[in-house]
Amino acid sequence: MDFWSKNLPYLLAGVSVGGQYALIAIGYTMVYGILRLINFAHGDIFMVAGLVTIYASTVMPLYLSIPLTILVTVILGMLIERVAYKPLRNSPRMSVMISAIGVSYLLQNLALYITGGLAQVYPTIPFISNTVTIGSATTKVVTILTPILMIVLVVLLIQLINHTKIGMAMRSVSTDFETSRLMGINVNRVISMTFIIGSFLAAVGSILYFTNYPSVIPTSGGMPGLKAFVAAVFGGIGSIPGAVIGAMLIGIVENLIKGAGWTTFSDAFTFVLLIIVLLFKPTGLFGEAATDKV
Amino acid sequence: MTKKKDLIFSLILLAAAIVLVAVLDRTLPQTGIIMTVLKKGCIYSLVAVSMNLLNGFTGLFSLGQAGFMLIGGYTYAILTIPAADRASVYQYFDGGIVQFSIPFWAGLICAGLVSAALAWLIGLPVLRLKSDYLAIATLGFAEIMRAFFQWDTLGPLTNGSNMLRKYPSFTTLMFPFIVAAICIALIVMLINSSFGRAFKAIRDDEIAAEAMGINLAHHKRMSFCISSFFAGVGGALLAMYQTTIQAQAFKSNMTYEILLIVVIGGLGSVTGSVVATFLFYAASEWWLRFLDSPLVIGNFQVPLLRSGFRKVVFSVVIMLIVLFARQGIMGDHEFSLSGLMKLFRRKRKEASAK
Repeated sequence: MDFWSKNLPYLLAGVSVGGQYALIAIGYTMVYGILRLINFAHGDIFMVAGLVTIYASTVMPLYLSIPLTILVTVILGMLIERVAYKPLRNSPRMSVMISAIGVSYLLQNLALYITGGLAQVYPTIPFISNTVTIGSATTKVVTILTPILMIVLVVLLIQLINHTKIGMAMRSVSTDFETSRLMGINVNRVISMTFIIGSFLAAVGSILYFTNYPSVIPTSGGMPGLKAFVAAVFGGIGSIPGAVIGAMLIGIVENLIKGAGWTTFSDAFTFVLLIIVLLFKPTGLFGEAATDKV
Repeated sequence: MTKKKDLIFSLILLAAAIVLVAVLDRTLPQTGIIMTVLKKGCIYSLVAVSMNLLNGFTGLFSLGQAGFMLIGGYTYAILTIPAADRASVYQYFDGGIVQFSIPFWAGLICAGLVSAALAWLIGLPVLRLKSDYLAIATLGFAEIMRAFFQWDTLGPLTNGSNMLRKYPSFTTLMFPFIVAAICIALIVMLINSSFGRAFKAIRDDEIAAEAMGINLAHHKRMSFCISSFFAGVGGALLAMYQTTIQAQAFKSNMTYEILLIVVIGGLGSVTGSVVATFLFYAASEWWLRFLDSPLVIGNFQVPLLRSGFRKVVFSVVIMLIVLFARQGIMGDHEFSLSGLMKLFRRKRKEASAK
């Protein structure tokens, strides 16, 4: 009983952060499933979404600035794919990854220029910033809202993938890129759609995530991005339920570690987990085994 | 014959560079902008070449360079702080547990050795992974190292999250230049040996290399350790240059920057990496400085120019190189006399063809 009352706040925070990581992780896992690319810029797209909310909410009410944030993020995600990844479609995978690192570098420097290097204060969003008390823990509404919203979005997404035409095209492209093209699937449209969904979820995630933090700086996206990626790998890259479970696990364990007073290692834990997973089950929990053809 | 000529040409260039460095050391202010560029250029070109050995020559896509620099820098600092100064550096940890100090050259070598030893350890599991999984695992390793070195319990050794200082450092340009030149020369010799050719064979086709009798695991591990050794020495040089060192600064962005330098220079070209490093730091620290300060011509305030714009322009240029000049400056060629001659001859041929 004592354990529960002591760790409940951390557990709640963990579930919430896990939900936010899950929203980012889906973006990684879908892009990887289709393009076999670690989209290093995804964490920075998430950061840009945070900045857009900040700047938009200074000039317009929240009911406008939040949709605007989502719209801008989606356009940004699509634009990055068009400009930085599409020209490299037939080059080695490593070139595309280097391009992604370049985009990440560009977005961070751009954010640094626009913010002038100052931490930008995140606006207080009414309702989700209110505090509630659950058992022994006092927390914000967003903590409760995140997992619910995340599950709703994931269910919708899975419906989209399993029961619509574009979803079928996505599954087909991720199974075999070349054959799908031969079958008349517009591969570029499918890839754009993937980036739209990924960026949309990242934008929603950023609103939930940054509500818990006072401000956004240009490097805010780096760590959550990497952790979400690890979550995607843990769950088996390409698998959406896998990414959600991986993200929840990372979020909860990370916060329990913080609760135990090992804050320095809360980030390192993620990467230890990554290395262990890669060693013993390189394809993750739900990933399909891949074989190399000679 | 051309090989011998090339060697002589390179030696002459090197001798000229040494003379130039000696002259610059006497004429330029040591803290001036040009000196900053040159010193950083020397240090990072060593790190870039070490990364190129791994990514460009062996085809192992690793993103752990910042982690190994961190280990090298810390090893150097911990071992070389004079015993008398330890009480003031480790003020929160009762003077620390290391109560001796070794000369700077031994510190540099130890920095490399400790880095290589850790690379060997981490390589045991990690090197079984391929391409992007290897990249993300080594990136994760670097992050773990960063957390580890800031851990309070290790405070008596690493000073926790406080900085280390008062270790011997250098003031002249000659020192980093000579150290980097020796290390890069060693790497070049390695690459041109039969051992190095095995690395290239692995890069080009793992399965074919294995079929030719190359021990994949052994060669990959050696490449990883050797690269980390030199990254460690580079980290130690960086620590000397900064005169203080703090684990906090060795973020993954540092690795990204080095990777971009290697790509700009050309994956698989040592001279490319060196040239790209100097260009990178000259551009970011010196040539593009003007973009950071507001400029007024007559009554016209030039728009956009303010602090930080330099980095934006810079990263756009990098993106353009990554997208449109994928080979980088040198591709996988090396700068040499015969290469230069060939270029001239081709130019002349093109001119006469017109």
